[in-house]
Amino acid sequence: MSEDLNPEELLSSIAPKPPKTGWMDTPVDIKKGIYSYAANPKSVEYLSLPHARQWNPAEEDWNLPENWKEIITQGFRERLDRFRSVKVFMDICVRCGACADKCHFFIGSGDPKNMPVLRAELLRSVYRNDFTTAGKIIGSISKNFKKMIGARELTVDVLKEWWYYLFQCSECRRCSVFCPYGIDTAEITIMGRELLNLIGLNIDWIATPVANCYRTGNHLGIQPHAFMDMMDFFTDDIEEITGVKVEPSFMKKGADILFITPSGDVFADPGTYTCMGYMMLFHYLKEKYGLDITWSTYASEGGNFGFFTSHETMKRLNSKMYAEAKRLGVKWILGGECGHMWRVIHQYMDTMNGPADFLEVPVSPITGTVFENAKSTKMVHIAEFTADLIKHDKLELDPGRNDHLTVTYHDSCNTARGMGMFEEPRYVIKNVCNNFYEMPANTIREQTFCCGSGSGLNAGENMDLRMQGGLPRANAVKYVHEKHDVNMLACVCAIDRAALTTSVEYWVPDVEVTGMTELVANALIMPGEQKRTMNLRSEELPGMEDDDAEEEDV
Amino acid sequence: MNISYLYSLIAVIVLALFAYVGSKFGGGEALFGIIFPLLAGLTFTVGFIYRIVDWARSPVPFRIPTTCGQQKSLPWIESACIENPTTTAGVVVRMILEVVLFRSLFRNTTCELKEGDKLAYRWEIWLWVGALAFHYAFFTVVVRHLRFFMEPVPVCLQFLETLDGFLQIGLPGLMLSGVVLLAAAVFLFLRRILTPHVRYISLASDYFPLFLIMGIAFSGILMRYFTKVEIVNVKAFTMGLVTLQPHIPDGIGGIFYVHLFLVSVLLVYFPFSKLMHLGGIFMSPTRNLTTDTRAKRHINPWNSPVKIHTYEHYEDEFREKMVDVGLPVDKMLEAQPPEAPEAPETPEAPEAPETPEVPEKPEVPAEPEAPEAPEKKE
Repeated sequence: MSEDLNPEELLSSIAPKPPKTGWMDTPVDIKKGIYSYAANPKSVEYLSLPHARQWNPAEEDWNLPENWKEIITQGFRERLDRFRSVKVFMDICVRCGACADKCHFFIGSGDPKNMPVLRAELLRSVYRNDFTTAGKIIGSISKNFKKMIGARELTVDVLKEWWYYLFQCSECRRCSVFCPYGIDTAEITIMGRELLNLIGLNIDWIATPVANCYRTGNHLGIQPHAFMDMMDFFTDDIEEITGVKVEPSFMKKGADILFITPSGDVFADPGTYTCMGYMMLFHYLKEKYGLDITWSTYASEGGNFGFFTSHETMKRLNSKMYAEAKRLGVKWILGGECGHMWRVIHQYMDTMNGPADFLEVPVSPITGTVFENAKSTKMVHIAEFTADLIKHDKLELDPGRNDHLTVTYHDSCNTARGMGMFEEPRYVIKNVCNNFYEMPANTIREQTFCCGSGSGLNAGENMDLRMQGGLPRANAVKYVHEKHDVNMLACVCAIDRAALTTSVEYWVPDVEVTGMTELVANALIMPGEQKRTMNLRSEELPGMEDDDAEEEDV
Repeated sequence: MNISYLYSLIAVIVLALFAYVGSKFGGGEALFGIIFPLLAGLTFTVGFIYRIVDWARSPVPFRIPTTCGQQKSLPWIESACIENPTTTAGVVVRMILEVVLFRSLFRNTTCELKEGDKLAYRWEIWLWVGALAFHYAFFTVVVRHLRFFMEPVPVCLQFLETLDGFLQIGLPGLMLSGVVLLAAAVFLFLRRILTPHVRYISLASDYFPLFLIMGIAFSGILMRYFTKVEIVNVKAFTMGLVTLQPHIPDGIGGIFYVHLFLVSVLLVYFPFSKLMHLGGIFMSPTRNLTTDTRAKRHINPWNSPVKIHTYEHYEDEFREKMVDVGLPVDKMLEAQPPEAPEAPETPEAPEAPETPEVPEKPEVPAEPEAPEAPEKKE
């Protein structure tokens, strides 16, 4: 584990060159610190997913169902017939290698099977063998020929290799930006993981949150009363810091807007401060403009680990958003800060669970802005919503309260490459913080790097992998930390807030991580507030101790 | 793996020799000059169409474009109408840039670890240059060869030829495209064997088409500048092929059959190989779709029906607790809430000590979302 491997050691362990043996002749070595634990059979069962059982990746025998090979082959065929993406991506790669050093896991490990091209070849090799005419003909001539055209039979070892490397891809899609054919490794990983799920090979860090979410409405399995306890707790904290008692509304029928955010924000620091930020912002909007935003415990999860399980599981979890909006009779849905949640909302939700004809085209009643870009899905991102408020001068802000921070912004993979939301969060942050610096151009916007723990890989037991994958992002943070004294890394993703905190602590210890809305709330001048001497983290605000004046700077 | 290219090289040499020698024997000229090329042309056409149709048969269930620029959201934020296209026109331009200028490859960078701990990114233009040179040279050569199949030769082809030979070196005049094609193929080959990671991923099926194309370019250059094949005879022959009145004229050397046979092999090989990226790029769902996914609903033809956990179900399980903390409920408490039958099997709920139905903790530690110990602030 990384507790033993310090950053210098990790850096020097990056393999500069591929091994001497060809990749088909290099057997998979399932390493501690890289792999995640197998799914708890109870979680798999709860979801009625197939082949729930106890198994251990570190052991020789994975207790595979007898007909596992048949299941995989059949599943592969079905997916080729249902997804043009898979079919085309299986066929057209020319192995130019442009994707190779675009992957954070490859950069951080040097393991050639982490090159997106080779990760895909792990599946393609089986595809060529089982599904292509050329593969079948050439393969039948000689085994040597088969290997030369990159075809191989599906064996238990191949299956293990799939499992090991498909859970070393965070579906960030950075490679797909550079691929001349737009081949998207996320698509291949998604499909590969779907196949693995058919024979019960998931990891627990995905399966258990999914089961939790299905039952309790959120990944953490927080039941309604516990959820309320946390919210009460935040309410008390906010009162202590601002002197204002916020009164969040829950499951209120006929409210204007339903708000859904990842449950990580309710339970894990520093996401909790972002959650307090939402509560303060909504209180402000209620007091000033009478906007009624309600939360739900049934739909208390923005994230969707079903996305890392199968398209069907994703749909099951996602369905709660529309169901709850319909039940409560709100006008539209506002979504909190989360990465893959927004890929699902932006590119899948309407298709899977729409049409949302019971909702209205989102309009901000405060500014009159019609969110044309969300007129079918009827769900707006909090950064879009807040940027619009600030642009129309609807928030009283004192960015000076964030002056002790020098901020940079990390684009979440999914809001970047699955949505293209670059300017909205930057606009918001620059309006609530006076000191802002960008990281190098090759590491932001559409070229942004994953935190290293996306797509359900944020477990504790795979810390080596996470620190390897976190290297490129952390390295860019280190660059601005050294050059501009950046001490705060802002992001709009709950996984980022959890994962980057660990990664930055490991690679750049002097930098902290925050959500966008935490920064907003720190700057937000609440009606009737006391003089702020503390930020949302209950840390003393430098220079604010004796200062009476409250500057209004919008 | 490393011998992959040797095998491919040997295969191409064998094929070339096969054509050279074979054409000398009785009937060989007809076989290599007429039968093989016609069969190859047929295989290519049918194969290519089949592959495209086969891809098209699979639907595009979700709209998954890779967004490489600012989305269209608020009116005062400038959106990237090509890199993140919301209109068909934007998609068309995006696709043209991909197909004609290899837009995505143009972004290529390399990443290097410097001074032991600094990642440095550098714009890596050479793969793009090599690939572009290769494809444009190939394209020009193919178009230029149309003159063999047309009588009279259209003006535009004559113009292209003038352009291609603008250097006016030697006699017959040097055609730039042939030389560039050969050079670019050699570059792509060298890149494959000299870059360790690219060599590691390269298969025989990557080297084979490169050698094949080198062989075609080389034999073509040989004929044009060195053995000086009788061009009038070749034209008579090719015109015979396209008018389906094939005949074998005299005075075409063995090299011509090598050239023609390698082209035939390429045509046959094409639809069954990675060379199909020519057709595939047009069908890539990360590039050829609009990104207005929240504004317009995309239809999935097989949208799987799934079992969902309804609100009623949820409330039934948690009604008492909800009422306790003042959450509104749809059904009042009077009636004892029925025990949800499948509730007992639920996995660990981190904050649920008071749930009697969860007696066993799973053996696998599951601390979703917050492995970094969610410290509660007091």
